[in-house]
Amino acid sequence: MDTIESALRAAIGIQAVYFCLAAIGLNVQFGYAGLLNFGQAGFLAVGAYAFAVSVASFDLPFFVAIFVGLAATALLALILGIPTLRLRADYLAIATIAAAEVIRLFFGASFKDYFNGRDGVSQFSTAFQEANPFSGPVLGFRPDDFWVMVVGWTLVLLSSLLLLLLMRSPWGRVLKAIREDEEAVRSLGKNVYSYKMQALVLGGLIGCLGGFILAFGQNSVQPDNFSSDLTFIVYTMLILGGAARIFGPIFGAVVFWGSLSLISGILGDLTAGDNPILPTWLITDQQIGSVRFMIVGIALILLMIFRPQGVFGDRKEIALDAR
Amino acid sequence: MRLRIAALMALLTTAVLLGGFTHPATAADGRAPAAVSAEDGQTTTVRGLLQDKSDGGSTPVEGATVTVTTGGTDVEATSNDRGVWEAEVPYVSGEQVEVTLDEDSLPDGVALREGQSATRTITLTNTLGLRVNYLLGAGNSQAASGLSELPQIIYNGLYFGVILALGALGLSMIFGTTGLTNFAHGELVTFGAILTYTFNVTAGLSIWISALLAIILSGAFGYVQDTVFWRRLRRRGTGLIAMMIVSIGLQFLLRNVFQFFTGGRTSNYRQYSTPEGITAGPITYTIRDLVCLFVAIVLLLGVTFALQRTRIGRATRAIADNPALAASTGINVDRVITVVWTVGAALAGTCGVLLGFTQSVKFDLGAQILLVMFAAITVGGLGSIWGAIIGSLIVGVLIEVSTIFIPSELKIAAALFLLIIILLVRPQGLLGRRERIG
Repeated sequence: MDTIESALRAAIGIQAVYFCLAAIGLNVQFGYAGLLNFGQAGFLAVGAYAFAVSVASFDLPFFVAIFVGLAATALLALILGIPTLRLRADYLAIATIAAAEVIRLFFGASFKDYFNGRDGVSQFSTAFQEANPFSGPVLGFRPDDFWVMVVGWTLVLLSSLLLLLLMRSPWGRVLKAIREDEEAVRSLGKNVYSYKMQALVLGGLIGCLGGFILAFGQNSVQPDNFSSDLTFIVYTMLILGGAARIFGPIFGAVVFWGSLSLISGILGDLTAGDNPILPTWLITDQQIGSVRFMIVGIALILLMIFRPQGVFGDRKEIALDAR
Repeated sequence: MRLRIAALMALLTTAVLLGGFTHPATAADGRAPAAVSAEDGQTTTVRGLLQDKSDGGSTPVEGATVTVTTGGTDVEATSNDRGVWEAEVPYVSGEQVEVTLDEDSLPDGVALREGQSATRTITLTNTLGLRVNYLLGAGNSQAASGLSELPQIIYNGLYFGVILALGALGLSMIFGTTGLTNFAHGELVTFGAILTYTFNVTAGLSIWISALLAIILSGAFGYVQDTVFWRRLRRRGTGLIAMMIVSIGLQFLLRNVFQFFTGGRTSNYRQYSTPEGITAGPITYTIRDLVCLFVAIVLLLGVTFALQRTRIGRATRAIADNPALAASTGINVDRVITVVWTVGAALAGTCGVLLGFTQSVKFDLGAQILLVMFAAITVGGLGSIWGAIIGSLIVGVLIEVSTIFIPSELKIAAALFLLIIILLVRPQGLLGRRERIG
């Protein structure tokens, strides 16, 4: 019972929230605009670090720091987009994953007075936690965590609403049309490049909100939080839920993170204690982490082969080789 | 059919052998896989050159003391009449080492250049030796500090580039014939290294036999991967982008399978892990490196020659050019692609075997150089054979030379930065053709 309860808890917990926001951002880029952004982790990293350093090193007020984070992310999207959005899809993928990796290495190894190397930045969430209306545990969550979750899910709701409206607007229809047939849209006189750029920036900004939630949830940011594994997990979630659907990334993040926690919880029970149920030559409790990520890999492979549209998507919309 | 069964048998054997890999882990360090202790005799050399560079000159600084602190013990080194200091320290892969220059020991009138810190932290990454440079004396040229070390740096870079080329060539060949951007290629590299370790350390075979077996099994792994997995996806009509995402899933899966069996440990082969250095002029090399270079170069030349001259090589290039046209002239496309996968995987496995000597064997050995391989083939030109090799050499040298200017933790970033710049100004790479970028 405990295992199921903690899995349910994980499904709506802080990690699920920031994965969800990252997936919603990716949905704008990959789902609606068809951009293969493999550097979503970089957007989260820049947002989180810009915010954290603004507060920790420069003592900026909370909302100014939030603005700095968003501005830095938008700037990253522009810098990244200008050269790469003209490229073929797989080149864009390589360029964005490389950029995310450069960003992670940069935060880990330079300007150590500000970024503190691999230890990362901390001591920036005082203002956020002072606004916390909860004083006791809620639903078994620590009040600090619950506050982060409330803010996080509110952001999920707001950004989903925004997307719902945007994707029904002419702007959203042009975006989807670009995904389907870029040349046709161009022949209608639309500036494809500009639309793609807007999608990249918007998706990056929503991802950046995820970066903030990650930072508040951990009370610190380290470069290793933002490895490309994060991006790949987000892809798996998005594809599971269904790309180009408003509800897809939310469903994907909650269900996938919940199931992963459930499986590692069960494995944890089976390998716990001095005389575990599963023999130690087969698996030990230290190997659960690897099994957890093997499942991510298998899920991604099977989804991509057998059901690229995920649970809610439309197969015709994920005809990935339109370009 | 019989071939396929044989390959499956080989894979099964491999799985069993990989299973054997876990045992020394549990025996050696029990519950703490991260804590690796230096094995007997495993050392690496931290060295540097102290020269007074005031006014653009370079006078060797003799008698200055540098202390290298590792794991609580201090190793002291004093610079000789050529300004060279060397400290031999126990090699523990990934260990952070602190290097401190005793500023009081510098002769009068010589001081650290402004902005230079006397204490540096470096990470032990290989047994080839590490370099710590201090800028001494007032001056105007920052780059001057590394110039005297340049021959050694370029040698290290070319060495890494040649080994990298083995992996990059396979990646480029697979991309050229199938169009697949294979994110799981790094795992083929890791596969070779882990198998060599298993045969050499767990099974106790000689390094030569271990390496040979590892290369053969890597090829078999590539063969099986293509015949039971990728070929079916191609037949199903799975798109290239979808296959690329599948390869990411496969990368995730394989990397964690490796971690499952090896834990987070870093390990070294039993033999030749710390060979003696030979100094020739400005360059220090070892016989082991020369052998590795020889093997790599022979393989690279062999494969390029085969691609240019043999029947199957011509067929490969025909398919890279236009698969439909190649098929219509009677070339068995599937068979050629399987050969390419087998050769590409064997090359990647060799890359892993050789990398295992200088960098330690770890579950993410290949994943760490995957993006560097992408950088190499993009710089050279995607799908171009010579481009992959030349790109690797350029990227290898760039990575090492960049350590003169930027912290060594950022040297991979230098390669990736070059990748992004190349995509910006010349997306087809140096030797690629314009039409390939679409």
